Amino acid sequence: MTEQLLKIEDLSVGYKTYRGTSKVLNGANLTVNAGEKVGIIGESGCGKTTTMKTILQILPTNAVIYEGEVHFRGKNVLRMAKNELNELRRKHIAMIFQDPTAALNPVFNVETQLIDIIKSSGGHEVKKKEEFKDKCIGLLKEVALSDPERVLDSYPFQLSGGMRQRVCIAMALATPRYLLIADEPTTNLDVTIKDQVLRLIKDIVENRKLSVILISQALGAVKGFVDKVYVMYAGNTVEVAETKELFSNPLHPYTKGLLNSTPKLTGGGFSEGIQGRVPDYINPPSGCRFHPRCNYILGRCKGEKPPLIDMGGNHAVACWLCYKE
Amino acid sequence: MGETENILVVENLKKYFKTTFGTVKAVDDITFNVRFGETFGLVGESGSGKSTTGYLTIGIYTPTSGKILFKGRDISMHALKRPKSMKKDMSIVFQDPASSLNPSKTIRDIVALPLKVHGLINSDSELTEKVAQLLEAVELSPERFMDRRPGDLGGGEKQATAIARAIATNPSFVVLDEPTSALDVSIQAKIIKILMNLQQELKLSYLFITHDLSLMRNVASRVAIMYLGKIYEYASARLFFHNPAHPYTRMLLSSVPVLTDEEETLKPKDVKSTGEVSSAINPPSGCRFHPRCPFAKTICKIEEPEFIMIEPEHYVACHLYTEKS
Repeated sequence: MTEQLLKIEDLSVGYKTYRGTSKVLNGANLTVNAGEKVGIIGESGCGKTTTMKTILQILPTNAVIYEGEVHFRGKNVLRMAKNELNELRRKHIAMIFQDPTAALNPVFNVETQLIDIIKSSGGHEVKKKEEFKDKCIGLLKEVALSDPERVLDSYPFQLSGGMRQRVCIAMALATPRYLLIADEPTTNLDVTIKDQVLRLIKDIVENRKLSVILISQALGAVKGFVDKVYVMYAGNTVEVAETKELFSNPLHPYTKGLLNSTPKLTGGGFSEGIQGRVPDYINPPSGCRFHPRCNYILGRCKGEKPPLIDMGGNHAVACWLCYKE
Repeated sequence: MGETENILVVENLKKYFKTTFGTVKAVDDITFNVRFGETFGLVGESGSGKSTTGYLTIGIYTPTSGKILFKGRDISMHALKRPKSMKKDMSIVFQDPASSLNPSKTIRDIVALPLKVHGLINSDSELTEKVAQLLEAVELSPERFMDRRPGDLGGGEKQATAIARAIATNPSFVVLDEPTSALDVSIQAKIIKILMNLQQELKLSYLFITHDLSLMRNVASRVAIMYLGKIYEYASARLFFHNPAHPYTRMLLSSVPVLTDEEETLKPKDVKSTGEVSSAINPPSGCRFHPRCPFAKTICKIEEPEFIMIEPEHYVACHLYTEKS
């Protein structure tokens, strides 16, 4: 049995706003085994990033965790003491954010920022300044930056978007970690750069046998990368399956809609998309949150929230259509 | 090609921007034409000059040199100097609906503005009726949306409003500048459907600008690819995707994340994405793609390639093909 690294169970998180509480997460589930590559797909505003922020406990101050548990290597993250949490953020989990421009500090050069990361994440085996520099150069070479010395001396604004994201990857992977969270790491990049950055992350992760959570809206990018996919809609995990299974045999109406509305390179048009839009979280729909947009609605969809139903073969779906007494 | 079948002809169009760092050659000598009733696609990465081309045709910028002919008339002047009747005949939909709609106006005001400017309505009741018609054409219910403001709307609804505004004056030519890249896939599908239906009904010609090749395959009848201000290949959509000739086209296609095995066969295997787009201030000599091109030869660095026809409806500017013929 493989070791379970991260387990999130029925997590519910809301944000207090002046209009009322916005109940974003409404029972998110996620399991990541050691060495596993996991993808999360879903539209903007479906709670992907909130889930990740809960793992690292970096939610904004107006967030409230109602229920649920987050276990990382057997320990409940939600009940961790402050020093334990710091340890978790510094040494165990690394995160790559969507916007590298916002993730890097504009007033320090890359070298200073990289060395800070190595120091705080326990790279104490190196002491001398030159050794730090050598390590930094090695890291930048690993992320395929062609001129590492120049990059080290540069400030973030002097680098291109793709280079900045590579620097962020180098930072995330500066010291050994258990888990890498990549939150839409390529959304802001050009097509060809996207492809390069994704291939780079995949290579490094496979070399180091890291566990990864890749969040993305681009279904194609997820498909070529991960072993297992979670589909999220409006704060719920609606479907989980191994990558191949999910793309060949989607069960949830939302997953199907998402796949059908993705334009194909082969042409031939695509479906009309999914009617409506992501619900308002202050007054979310009752029962299954997808029911106002669903074409296959049943009587009980409005009243009862469907549980994740195991369909066998590691495929689970939260939909009453698949429920058998 | 007879003049009669083209709604828009662009000849040797150039647009240079002077900056403190030097002259940016955003669009550098491009030639193409848009036929009546077709969707002409312009693809490229950021900084390739595709949006500048769109802005030049609509008159937001004045060309540095070159000619733009609209229905046979020269329109290479700034929009302010264009006759009003001509401005009525062309319009634009911008990428980000959140910033292209005035947040303090109601949807009625936004859609009504072009009608008022061009004096197409006589009374308030006529205005309400016309706005309702336009909103219905983009599948927004007039009762629900007429008196709301952009802030109350979702991204897809905002973009639909922008489309309603664009078709208000009954134009024959619309520039679509990445109309769906700020939207989720399920919403994108719906907006594209609306645009395609409108094209049929109103006999519109589109200049469709996007970086998404999969989307382009599904909407465009002919496609041109831009790199650093120049067009390097143009062809009918079918030939462009099934027989890509220019190494840059092949690189871009190989970078597209896909969902099915069938699509996978369309991705060229001989090219892998490398490098980044060079600076537009000092673009590389000769063929501007040569620093990233896996097949680059000495001649590519010295001489600019000329367009040649490799099959009917398929033109490419690349030295690899010049030698063979």
